[in-house]
Amino acid sequence: MSLRDEVSTGPWRAAFGQLVRSRTALAGTAIFLVILIGCLLAPVYASRIAHTNAFRSNISGTTVVDGATVPVLAHSSTGLGLGVTPIGPTWDPEHYFLGSDNQGRDVMARLLYGGRNSLYIGLTATLICCLLALFIGVVAGYFGGPLDAVLSRFLDVLWSVPVYLLAICLSVVLLSGGLSAGPIHLRAGSLWVPILIIAVVYVPYVARPIRGQVIALRSREFIQAAIGVGASDWRILRRDVVPNVLPTVVVFVPLMTALSMLTESALSFLSVGVQPPDASWGTIINDGLGLLYTRPAVAIAPGLLIAATTIALNLLGDGLRETLDPGARLQGGA
Amino acid sequence: MLMFALRRAASAVLVLFAISVLVFAIFFATPGVDPAARIAGRNADQATLAQVRHSFGLDRPLPVQYVLMMRHLFIDRDLESFVNRGAKVIPQITQAAPVTFSLVLGAAVIWLVLGVAMGTFAAHRRGTVVDPFVMLLGLVGVSLPVYWLGEVVNLVTQSRLHDGLFRWVPPLGYVPLTEDPVQWALHLLFPWLTLAVLFAGIYARLLRSELIANLNEDYVRTARAKGISERRILIRHALRCSLIPMVSLFGLDFGALVGGSALLTEIVFGLPGVGRLTFVSLQNIDLPVIMGTVMYAAFFVVLANALVDIAYARLDPRVRDA
Repeated sequence: MSLRDEVSTGPWRAAFGQLVRSRTALAGTAIFLVILIGCLLAPVYASRIAHTNAFRSNISGTTVVDGATVPVLAHSSTGLGLGVTPIGPTWDPEHYFLGSDNQGRDVMARLLYGGRNSLYIGLTATLICCLLALFIGVVAGYFGGPLDAVLSRFLDVLWSVPVYLLAICLSVVLLSGGLSAGPIHLRAGSLWVPILIIAVVYVPYVARPIRGQVIALRSREFIQAAIGVGASDWRILRRDVVPNVLPTVVVFVPLMTALSMLTESALSFLSVGVQPPDASWGTIINDGLGLLYTRPAVAIAPGLLIAATTIALNLLGDGLRETLDPGARLQGGA
Repeated sequence: MLMFALRRAASAVLVLFAISVLVFAIFFATPGVDPAARIAGRNADQATLAQVRHSFGLDRPLPVQYVLMMRHLFIDRDLESFVNRGAKVIPQITQAAPVTFSLVLGAAVIWLVLGVAMGTFAAHRRGTVVDPFVMLLGLVGVSLPVYWLGEVVNLVTQSRLHDGLFRWVPPLGYVPLTEDPVQWALHLLFPWLTLAVLFAGIYARLLRSELIANLNEDYVRTARAKGISERRILIRHALRCSLIPMVSLFGLDFGALVGGSALLTEIVFGLPGVGRLTFVSLQNIDLPVIMGTVMYAAFFVVLANALVDIAYARLDPRVRDA
């Protein structure tokens, strides 16, 4: 056995060991994984269990409740007889478990498909946001001077427009015409529109604490020593600075994912996020608004899933924070 | 101290200027976005488009358009909507502002009381089951999408239990305070509670961690050694220090909400506030109104930022030279 193995297990491994002993962090991870796997299995549920197509309307279809065949959309018998009432929750996984929306589509199947988009957007936006923020924070904090001044003012400006207003502004513009700038071509209805918007608007929230940390690190002895022996900036950044701020970024990931998902759902709820025919938990809540007083399950179920996912990610984030970086903090928005 | 305040004010003005350029650029200079096409409708021919461009001044160079818009907004104060021609932007904002202010003010009182109570209680009972339970409650509050919670509240108070327990809940909408204070409060009660749930959770969680950090400080040990009761240490010593970071957080949250961040709550509860005005103007791509409302929002955020920084410099002299 070498000396190295004896002295230390390394900070990441030690943190991991502590993390698996934290019951709340494990519970959070377990809930998140259950939701994630459930959503990934959406096509299996739709084709094998419910035998339905979550994206095709089924206005004149029928289904089976307690052995009896009933229409999915019942014509209203009260008032003028106009309008239809979709079938409510049957609690039968094979036939409209959570009922149908006003186009006769299976809400349960749509929830699972919608969850794929919500989670995909949340995770991808977080990844892009954290990488961007890491880059900006490290460069601004390490090089300082005019470069820092420019980057910090840029962050200040982004920070000073309320997140939701900025996100909605960008969405409205990109949804009306898409984006074609240089090599990037975005279709107006693409999932990348909300992903990029969410990634950009939250950059200051992650970049600012990282920049502060890098500035503090820069005056520490080991970095001064590295500069003193003539190590290149690139080497110092790669070997000394980035590894030291990485724990903060890792702590931010689950918290940011939760925040990104909440933001995506709000944008989709306002119909400036995910565009039909795609669905997300936010768009399903929006679909359910018209049915709120007759078939509340359509709007309530996706909200519960959003809340469960957010709680799970926060539990995981809290656990990570305790093990890796007690100082890191992230605040939410309305 | 005065120099610090002046420097801070100057940078605030600079940030506001940059935001106005940013928002202008988003709507006027994004490739593939043509405001004239939006105004003229989907199938307008070239002649109509040219006419629209000319009549709205969209055929001038971008910097000229920007300067003209800013002049109409800030100096002449007569900027007009693109969509409802003749409707002035500034009166629309001043009409909506009291609604938003009423909503945010009431919610802020509730969330501060709830947040401080929950945070202090959890820190006081740490080590027992009460602490994680209260914190889980806070986490649930943080995790519920605010617009969804609002809809569920509407479902319960406007429909399901409206004939029983919630008979007294008025229909959605807003009644000015000057018209009928009781109806004002009744109309706003559930919007207040809904908006407060989110922030109460955030503040309770933050305060608890601050309190627990402070309770490990030397000055608390000194106080204990002097024989001061644990309750008095918690409230008179630790809580006072722990409230400082809350003050800055509160300033920023309050500024953003007054500026229009409460738009989801406003939309769900049918309150004609600034947030809803912004959202409606965004849906119509009504650029002058968007410009007005976003500048209004940015003003409050920047103001809150500056005030928080100055308050901090007052509390902690080390910040002044940073």
